[in-house]
Amino acid sequence: MSANDSPAGDALRDPSFLADLRRDLLRFAELQLRDQAAAEDAVQETLAAALSGQDRFAGQAALKTWVFAILKNKIVDTLRRRQRTATITSLVPDDDEQEDDFAVLFNPGRHWNPADRPQHWGDPEATFAQQQFWVVFEVCLTRLPENTARVFMMREFLGLETPDICLELALTPSHCHVILHRARMGLRLCLEQRWFTPENPIC
Amino acid sequence: MLTCQQATRLLSEAQDRKLRLKEQWPLKLHLLICSGCDHFRQQMDFLRQACRRYSVAPPNAGDAE
Ligand SMILES: [Zn+2]
Repeated sequence: MSANDSPAGDALRDPSFLADLRRDLLRFAELQLRDQAAAEDAVQETLAAALSGQDRFAGQAALKTWVFAILKNKIVDTLRRRQRTATITSLVPDDDEQEDDFAVLFNPGRHWNPADRPQHWGDPEATFAQQQFWVVFEVCLTRLPENTARVFMMREFLGLETPDICLELALTPSHCHVILHRARMGLRLCLEQRWFTPENPIC
Repeated sequence: MLTCQQATRLLSEAQDRKLRLKEQWPLKLHLLICSGCDHFRQQMDFLRQACRRYSVAPPNAGDAE
């Protein structure tokens, strides 16, 4: 924490801080937009907006949080713009194959197979403190089918409410819930296999 | 009696909407007797926290210094 607050523009002129920040912003944007050019644009606009900001920040962490808030708004804008031109039916194909993936976790009575029963993950803070965890977290997000991931990240990263997402994507509420459920099933399974019980074979 | 598949679906939806009373009770009952679904419930909370943490500012690279 630095003693003197400085305007965002000043702090962003520190080349090594800016380079690190840019890389983090880009990764975050790519994860959600899955389109490198669109991600570059969003990050460029974000940094331009940040550099012209007069807000003052006590330290780089606070500044970084603020810049990410700007980026999230840019990503929402990009998704809205894209949605107007995209076909809604593109949301359907992800779904069927995945339902089968998760059905195999349950026995014919629809209870967990003993080997697939969710494990206790322990203290979240202890996990979050490990840098390597976040690498695995990103890998698992990347492994979600594209449309499933998009709906999930609109909900969990961009903080949109579920009814707004449904409306935005012209989905019925129940379809919306199904997609979010599959995202959570996929993510928790991936984390359990790759992080919490890494001795198990990875698919 | 709720199946685990139904319970997981409800636990996921609980992240997005308030469950109705007639959904809450069977779910509570199920969680009392099913450790797998109770862990799943904790994992849903974990995911929400992780996403919040990640999206405020991704915690890896750049924070080291
Ligand atoms: Zn169960």
